[in-house]
Amino acid sequence: MRTFAKGLTGLLGFFLLWEIAVQAGVLPDYWVPPASEVATTFVTLLGQQEFLLAVIATLLAWLISLGVAIAVGVPAGLLLGSVPAVQSASRALIEFLRPIPAVALVPLVMVTIGSGPDAKITLAVYAAMWPILFNTIYAFGEIDPVLLDSARAAGANRRQSLTWVALPHAAPFIFTGVRVAASIALIAVISVEYIAASEIGLGRYILEGGMNNGHLDQVMAGTVLAGLAGWAINSALVGGGRKLFRWADTEERATR
Amino acid sequence: MSAPTVAAKRGRILGSAAVTWLVFALALSAWELIALGADTVYFPRMTAILGTGADILLSGPAWRLMLGDAVFDIVLPSLATALGAWAFSAALGVALGTALGRSRWAMDYCGTLISFLRSVPPVTLMPAFMVMFGIGKQMEIAAIVFSTLWPIVLNTVDGVRSVDQVKIDTARSLGTPRRYWLGMIVLPAAMPKIFAGLRLSLSIAILLMVVAEIVGGSGIGLRISTTQSTVQYTEMWFWVLLLGALGYALNSALLAVERLVLGWQPAREDDA
Amino acid sequence: MSTMLEVSGLTHQYGQGERAHVAVRDLTFTIESGQLACIVGPSGCGKSTLLRCISGLIPATGGSVRLHGDEVSGVPDDLAVVFQDYSRSLFPWLTVAKNVEFPLRWQKVPKADRKRRAEEVLESVGLSGVGKKYPWQLSGGMQQRVSIARALVSRPALLLMDEPFASVDAQTRGELEDLTRRVQRELGSTILLVTHDIDESVYLADRVLVLSKSPAAIVADLDIALPADRDQITTRESEQFVSLRSEVARLLQSPQVQRTGEADTTDAAHAAGESGDAAGARTDAGSGAGSDRFTETHGTAESSDETATARS
Repeated sequence: MRTFAKGLTGLLGFFLLWEIAVQAGVLPDYWVPPASEVATTFVTLLGQQEFLLAVIATLLAWLISLGVAIAVGVPAGLLLGSVPAVQSASRALIEFLRPIPAVALVPLVMVTIGSGPDAKITLAVYAAMWPILFNTIYAFGEIDPVLLDSARAAGANRRQSLTWVALPHAAPFIFTGVRVAASIALIAVISVEYIAASEIGLGRYILEGGMNNGHLDQVMAGTVLAGLAGWAINSALVGGGRKLFRWADTEERATR
Repeated sequence: MSAPTVAAKRGRILGSAAVTWLVFALALSAWELIALGADTVYFPRMTAILGTGADILLSGPAWRLMLGDAVFDIVLPSLATALGAWAFSAALGVALGTALGRSRWAMDYCGTLISFLRSVPPVTLMPAFMVMFGIGKQMEIAAIVFSTLWPIVLNTVDGVRSVDQVKIDTARSLGTPRRYWLGMIVLPAAMPKIFAGLRLSLSIAILLMVVAEIVGGSGIGLRISTTQSTVQYTEMWFWVLLLGALGYALNSALLAVERLVLGWQPAREDDA
Repeated sequence: MSTMLEVSGLTHQYGQGERAHVAVRDLTFTIESGQLACIVGPSGCGKSTLLRCISGLIPATGGSVRLHGDEVSGVPDDLAVVFQDYSRSLFPWLTVAKNVEFPLRWQKVPKADRKRRAEEVLESVGLSGVGKKYPWQLSGGMQQRVSIARALVSRPALLLMDEPFASVDAQTRGELEDLTRRVQRELGSTILLVTHDIDESVYLADRVLVLSKSPAAIVADLDIALPADRDQITTRESEQFVSLRSEVARLLQSPQVQRTGEADTTDAAHAAGESGDAAGARTDAGSGAGSDRFTETHGTAESSDETATARS
């Protein structure tokens, strides 16, 4: 709990420094509004139904994206990780697709799918799938043969050793992938809302703030909310992972 | 692992590389056939995309190795922005991460803040960056630096902190002077994690390059948004695929550097 | 013979107040120069703490350590340590030769001299021609030879060895034991070696100090009057050897040793099992190698996991 307090102190210190820098004129106020103004806007926005609906729309899109990314990434990773031939065959394809930034696909998706919720979900799934896929491939590819041999020696058949040995072994790694994917999916959803000017969503709200004569307080309030949401989701998953996989210390180390 | 096994492994990797690229070629052919059957402007044939790409990239005079104006006016400036900003982040991030990681208490206070900053979607900060730096290279660089810095810092902190206690004891018992400590013990031990952060941030740099260019109107990003609004979908596909190729090439180059620098590491099953 | 190491009233406790744990209490002994002394004690008795205090890696909370008359505060220049876990103690980013040269860098030895001395010492531990390899390319036994070479290269007045052969297989272990005795006699160095293996302590040493359970105290100081030339087979079957090792084993199981450990029953039980093990057979080597393998696989998993994550 004391570390939490220290972390919070650091965070508050950052906002305080921001406030002082703007008030003292180190940062011109037409560059960035003072933290207090952003905080006021933040509180006002939280009271607006319209804004809350936008946030809910974003979170819903995020949740669906993450679900689909897991549903696609884990089975695909299982296949690629346990069948080496498939993995080496698809390597170039994956390595080529992965670096294409989801945002660069926005124009493409806009002309084919439009700018509705399915567009941002499609792109967020695309962006979030990679860490899940790679961690799953890794988890199943690197399983210690001794573990599988012990399972077989103990009389487990192929399916039983998959369920009772391979899956528990892989779970912490997959979970780490899901956690990273969760952050990426949120950033992707908001970014696509912003770039593609989606009908509704937090990103769209920030875009409007930026366009309407530079309402930077609205931009910053929205961005801070997005950052806090991403941070909260990540922290919750880190904590959850530690509870779930007490027997493995991968989560502790692979924190990013 | 002895040397012959490593060599044998290399051979196997080379063999599988052939299969890998064969499958890649098959995928491109499949694209061609599907596009041929679909017959829609949104999904052009692969040969058309590659043809457009060749026209754009290889339209120059022979003395420039046929490289067209687009290479010098669009591709290289975009790459220079991304790589320059990324290199700046790397230097700053490793320095900052080392300082934070060596301090006993700094991360207690800054850890949460950095995690928060990393969770901020850089895209939505674009309006702020535009106001601060105007539209142009400066704004693009600022956006890329902001988004690539945190992963490097966090990975460096992690690397610097995870130096094995036995190595610390060994180095002390062998009389390593304080001023060599960082260079001889801490940074080499942290290097694998630093490289992991560098690779992650390189892909982010390309992503932010495109975003900043779409918003700011320059380079590859501008071409993607222009070709979309002017219904030149074949060229748009080309630029998107070029990003994939560039990302692949840059990642491979960084991996090669990593293999060189981290040549001391036990052979890793690196699949890239 | 002059006194090389003088430990008097050495005490070390971790933590303060109620949670304090006394690892070493009021230890006093001396080591003469040119001696090869072994400290044997049940595992968890504070042997490692003792060694870390002597090497100056941690300051003792009480008493003093003197190396050839000088009070030890901080790591002395002419002292070297060989740790049990060679895979963690060798610097993986340096070649074998650079690892061995490492301590010479800080002693302003010219580069050419460094190279020559590293080659010489590698040869004396039977490792000529591997200087350009990286540690992980060598077998466990060879890696520990590199550690020994690195410790010897600066010709330290005192060489401390912390369970140096506990992580290698039984056969390699015998070879390393003979190597240690050979180089010790060739170089006339003073060695203090800590082990929980009774046979090893008797076979190696000129003198064996038997420690009690934590907090460590000396219960016996035995002269090992075996002939200087020792052989893995004939020495170990000699009557003298067998009676000495039985004596040490009895000392370790004596109520005097066990009584001090009453406070923590589980610990005492564990220690009894350990010493029983050591007395019975050298099964420890196998389990040592096993745990080592675990750390290795674990290490890869970690770094690759990071890589996998980083690919996002």
